Amino acid sequence: MKPYNNKAWWLVLPVFVLVAFSAIIPMMTVVNYSVQDIFDPSTRYFVGTEWYREILSDPRLHDSLVRQFIYSFCVLAIEIPLGIIVALSMPRRGLGVPVSLILLALPLLVPWNVVGTIWQIIGREDIGLYGSLLNGLGIDYNYASSPRDAWITVLIMDVWHWTSLVALLCYSGLRSIPDVYYQAARIDRASAWAVFRYIQLPKLKNVLLIAVMLRFMDSFMIYTEPFVLTGGGPGTATTFLSQTLTQMALGQFDLGRAAAFSLIYFLIILLVTWVFYTAMTHNDDKG
Amino acid sequence: MSWMAWTLPTASFFVIIALMLVGMSIWQTVSPGHQRKGFLPISTTRGDRLFIGLLAAAYAHLLALALTGWPLWIVTLVCVAGLIALLKWG
Repeated sequence: MKPYNNKAWWLVLPVFVLVAFSAIIPMMTVVNYSVQDIFDPSTRYFVGTEWYREILSDPRLHDSLVRQFIYSFCVLAIEIPLGIIVALSMPRRGLGVPVSLILLALPLLVPWNVVGTIWQIIGREDIGLYGSLLNGLGIDYNYASSPRDAWITVLIMDVWHWTSLVALLCYSGLRSIPDVYYQAARIDRASAWAVFRYIQLPKLKNVLLIAVMLRFMDSFMIYTEPFVLTGGGPGTATTFLSQTLTQMALGQFDLGRAAAFSLIYFLIILLVTWVFYTAMTHNDDKG
Repeated sequence: MSWMAWTLPTASFFVIIALMLVGMSIWQTVSPGHQRKGFLPISTTRGDRLFIGLLAAAYAHLLALALTGWPLWIVTLVCVAGLIALLKWG
């Protein structure tokens, strides 16, 4: 068998150097911090796995983790089907294409903290479009005092911000399907559902894989929007993992514990992303 | 490098990981491996099996810390044996 030509790996070297400085070296530092009680690099005490034991038995973090999983599950359950529906509804030719692409891209251009501020105002029960409308309809809505309302608002805000990404990815996937597939489906008198199930969905698999992974990772690390909107409240109702981590690292300046926590956080994201990736590419290997 | 707050155990850990990666790269260059199916439910390359083994080892250590009072060196030994088995038959 012809051996591999590994010379192309040299082309990866610049990226590797960049990743080393932006990710690997900081991560190694986090690992070092996680086994020490540390105030600064010159004032530190080795504590071994003590922080990990504490973190793993901390009920505050268990609650944050559960909230985070529920939140990411809801985000994926809403945004992925909605993104597909939006992409399927978009025009394929004419002036409608650039118009819909620009409209969809707009929420993606808004910075995270601005999104939080926008929804903080929209959701206000006295002057906000959404808040005052709901209260005007007789629905008791107040995201600042009701955990249920806070959750709904944070979810709607995320859906508003990020469904466009899923829709744009799906739209690009749909546009790449050759017309012959649709012609064959027409000859077979396939229903719209059959076209979606046996042509469009299989062809969308790769972009959906990217969309699911991006949205999972991003929603699992969400910080700015709920922080600006609810500050993690009411109580701790919308305090997710990254906010708990920030409180620990910056609020309490408990760097060792925060480092141990962030490594556990990283391992969770790594495992779930790997499971998603493996599950969605599993059939490729069989083929 | 003092800003990275190195300790001997973490330095040893990273040296072992780096040696594993270099060793795997040399192994792959000298004797290229291919995707195959072992006792794992998916077909994997050597790199996949190393990744799965290391990730499983990390979780095994966390589980041992959370649920048991076992000394970690026992867990590490079990993980090393598991990693070798995974690379050979996984």
